[in-house]
Amino acid sequence: MAQVSLEGIRKVYPNGYNAVETTSFNIRDGEFVVLVGPSGCGKSTLLRMIAGLEDITEGVLKIGDRVVNDVDPADRDIAMVFQNYALYPHMTVRKNIGYGLKNRGIPASEIDAKVQDAAKMLNLTEYLDRKPAQLSGGQRQRVAMGRAVVRDPALFLFDEPLSNLDAKLRNQMRIEIKALQRRLGTTAVYVTHDQVEAMTMADRIIVLNAGRIEQIGTPSEIYHNPASTFVASFMGAPPMNLIDAQVDQGQVRINGYNRVMPAPAAHSGPVTMGIRPEDVTLNADGDIRFHVDILEELGAHRLLHGAIADQPFTVMVNKDHAADIGETGISLKPDALRLFDMETGQKL
Amino acid sequence: MKRAGFDNIWLPVALLLPQLMIIAIFFYWPAGWALQSSFFLQDPFGFGSTYVGAENYTSLLGNDQYKRIAWFTVVFSVLVTFFSLAIALLLAVKADKVLRGARTYRTLLMWVYAIAPPVAGFLGILFFDQSTGPLTKFFQMFGWDFKLGVDYNATATAMVIVAVWKQIPVNFIFFLSGLQSIPRSVREAAMIDNRSATGRFWQVTFPLLAPTAFFLLIINITYALFDTFGIIDALMKGEPGNNPMTLVYKVYIDGFRGNDLGGSSAQSVVLMALVLILTVFQFRLLERRIHYT
Amino acid sequence: MADTTLETPAVIPHRRKIRWGTVGDHAVLILGSLLMILPPLLALTTASHDAVTIHREGLQLTLGDDLGKNFHAAMFEKGGFTQTVDGMLMLMNSFILGVGFAVGKIVISMMAAYAIVYFRLRFATLAFWIIFTTLLLPLEVRILPSYEAIQKLGLTNTYTGLIVPLIASATGTFFFRQFFMSVPEELAEAARIDGAGPWKFFVDILVPLSQTMIAAIFIIMFVFGWNQYLWPTLITTDESFFTLVRGIKQIVLSYTDSQIPEHGQALALAIVAMIPPVVIVVFFQNWFVKGLTESDK
Repeated sequence: MAQVSLEGIRKVYPNGYNAVETTSFNIRDGEFVVLVGPSGCGKSTLLRMIAGLEDITEGVLKIGDRVVNDVDPADRDIAMVFQNYALYPHMTVRKNIGYGLKNRGIPASEIDAKVQDAAKMLNLTEYLDRKPAQLSGGQRQRVAMGRAVVRDPALFLFDEPLSNLDAKLRNQMRIEIKALQRRLGTTAVYVTHDQVEAMTMADRIIVLNAGRIEQIGTPSEIYHNPASTFVASFMGAPPMNLIDAQVDQGQVRINGYNRVMPAPAAHSGPVTMGIRPEDVTLNADGDIRFHVDILEELGAHRLLHGAIADQPFTVMVNKDHAADIGETGISLKPDALRLFDMETGQKL
Repeated sequence: MKRAGFDNIWLPVALLLPQLMIIAIFFYWPAGWALQSSFFLQDPFGFGSTYVGAENYTSLLGNDQYKRIAWFTVVFSVLVTFFSLAIALLLAVKADKVLRGARTYRTLLMWVYAIAPPVAGFLGILFFDQSTGPLTKFFQMFGWDFKLGVDYNATATAMVIVAVWKQIPVNFIFFLSGLQSIPRSVREAAMIDNRSATGRFWQVTFPLLAPTAFFLLIINITYALFDTFGIIDALMKGEPGNNPMTLVYKVYIDGFRGNDLGGSSAQSVVLMALVLILTVFQFRLLERRIHYT
Repeated sequence: MADTTLETPAVIPHRRKIRWGTVGDHAVLILGSLLMILPPLLALTTASHDAVTIHREGLQLTLGDDLGKNFHAAMFEKGGFTQTVDGMLMLMNSFILGVGFAVGKIVISMMAAYAIVYFRLRFATLAFWIIFTTLLLPLEVRILPSYEAIQKLGLTNTYTGLIVPLIASATGTFFFRQFFMSVPEELAEAARIDGAGPWKFFVDILVPLSQTMIAAIFIIMFVFGWNQYLWPTLITTDESFFTLVRGIKQIVLSYTDSQIPEHGQALALAIVAMIPPVVIVVFFQNWFVKGLTESDK
């Protein structure tokens, strides 16, 4: 178990491409950190640098108290679960799980005991003598987990491990992985592009965009106080509504309406105003008019998609709440308003 | 056959006809005829032939010269297969590893594929020339009086070297494509599991390459048996004499120079049997290949 | 934004260490490349010298003055190796064999593969086995009876006799069958719904879809045909049908025979025999490699 620290880490590929801009952060011992962002944001590169599969162009990487920049992947005391599992197709499940231990010179009897334990923990006992090709997707995923768990590493690395599973299995494995990590107390870095995975699994989330960190925070911080319009629209489904507004003398006013609300930040001039769809209520008398075009039924909720003042807008209402296509009034929860700079997208 | 097949009758027949006709005339007829004439003894003056049963075969198997040629063919095939596979594997592993110039290396290492075997044999003649050949001089440095076309072992050595040289590109192409089809993440997982590069190669990369290697084994044996004809013919410069030769070359010599039709046909049939065995072996291996995917 | 420290950190620039492993990799590859390149290259430099020098000193490392002269003589002068033809005619024959074989093979095997894969035929399986048995026996094994067959048909010293028997094997059919099997089923279904009959489907959809495969197969087959040696040696005794590779035999004989010491010309002709297939393989190597590695799987 260990903490991980990245100090000024940067990655430039030989062709000049800046995959990761200068980045620093710490991961605490036993923490589950999720790196999330759209494809090409540098999250996988960052993970692969921690694993030692990718050279670090600049900066210092520490696992525990040790600088590991030039340490071989096999000597970093890590375990990694790959997106396509990367199981050795010619080895049985037993050998797949035990291969790393064997190479460390651990006696066969001990390996066997550890493999048995890991298999039991992951419900793989009856598949130990099968080859990967004879397993289902979910079972392969478990073998990949077993291979990581059995090494008892200081650090788990996950590279989109659930993206090849179907939706149902994905939900189940999400919970299992999180529970396993809790039980073992091993520090974990988890890469995903799926914001639901990030929200549900992380102790802390690091949101990346175009090679730089947009925000670091707990899921709740990220959700309620996004640091930028990028985070606001990337995290949460449906995303936060972002509409043009004006701030004047501590009051915010949506373009095209006269209604003013107290501004949550001191500013003056045009801004982007954000509000989560669930922080809006339908109010037939409300003076902000909302044109509902499409009604999306989600069971527990309904999503109303439409526009206010010709800007796209979404409202989420409880299933008990009647709703229909057409024009209605809405009111916004005042303390849920967030303001962002119109130019930079940064939170004000 | 596809689920959504067309029901037309005459179109497929018309489509198949050219291929079937060519095969019937130029494959089944000659092959059957070879089988038949292997049981006959051709009159040396061309006046008919007599049925001799299995005599052509028994005299073949009792023939010391034939046995010697068969033995040479085995040794030749083993050496050519082993060296061309080993060298090609080494080069493919390196070419797969380097980042800079990978494409240039690939081109340089594969282009010899396009050179015809007899042309390769002709290049061999230049290098093994009795008075001026650089490789002749090389062997003479070790006290070996290397005489191509005169000394049996010298000619055999030249044949093996040229045949290996000509076959490296094919093996290289297949090994490289085999290496490149191993998922990157599997190799990366191995990097985390094993710090020794040699260990990783033999425990992970090589087993995953084994299907390619088995397949190439068959290809190389077939090559050594049949496709080296041009090399052998060029290197012995049209004078069989005391020179080493393979079984296929013997079929050619007996059939076209010696006019021993029955004997040559019997040899053809023996070769056919050999190829059939190799093919069965290959299909067995093909079945094994599937298990990895 | 508290945690995203973007100020300049303690920078450790990546050390530019010499990786001896990589140096070793390149050394092996350079050595291997030299091994493959040097023999033909030396043949080329040697071909630029006069006959006496080559006869006396063998392979030459440097370029001499007679390159143009030797190539000109090899290509345009009758006599020397063969008494009745010059290099140009042999070059033309080689192209006829290479292109004729490749085109014939592709047309015939594509049609057969289409019939086998896309039609519900009672004897499709039988046809399949009849065709694929030919994969088992290469021409070299049945060379003598094949020769007899050609002779009985009176096809010796004809382009037909040269090309058609070489087509009598299933390699192309096997390849196209594999490819057609990998084409999504829905395509044929969609075409039928769009009103395309079997012939229209073949011409409008399957053939255009196979373009890359056809190109790959063409390269492999062209090289295969161009490089044929044993069969042309038997079938063509009339020198006006000689291909370059067939002519190598004459070159070899003349090279060893001190009576005709035209070594420079012999080398020039051998080089001309190499150039077209080498150029095709090098320039279309992506298609070629794809065709080679996929056809045999």
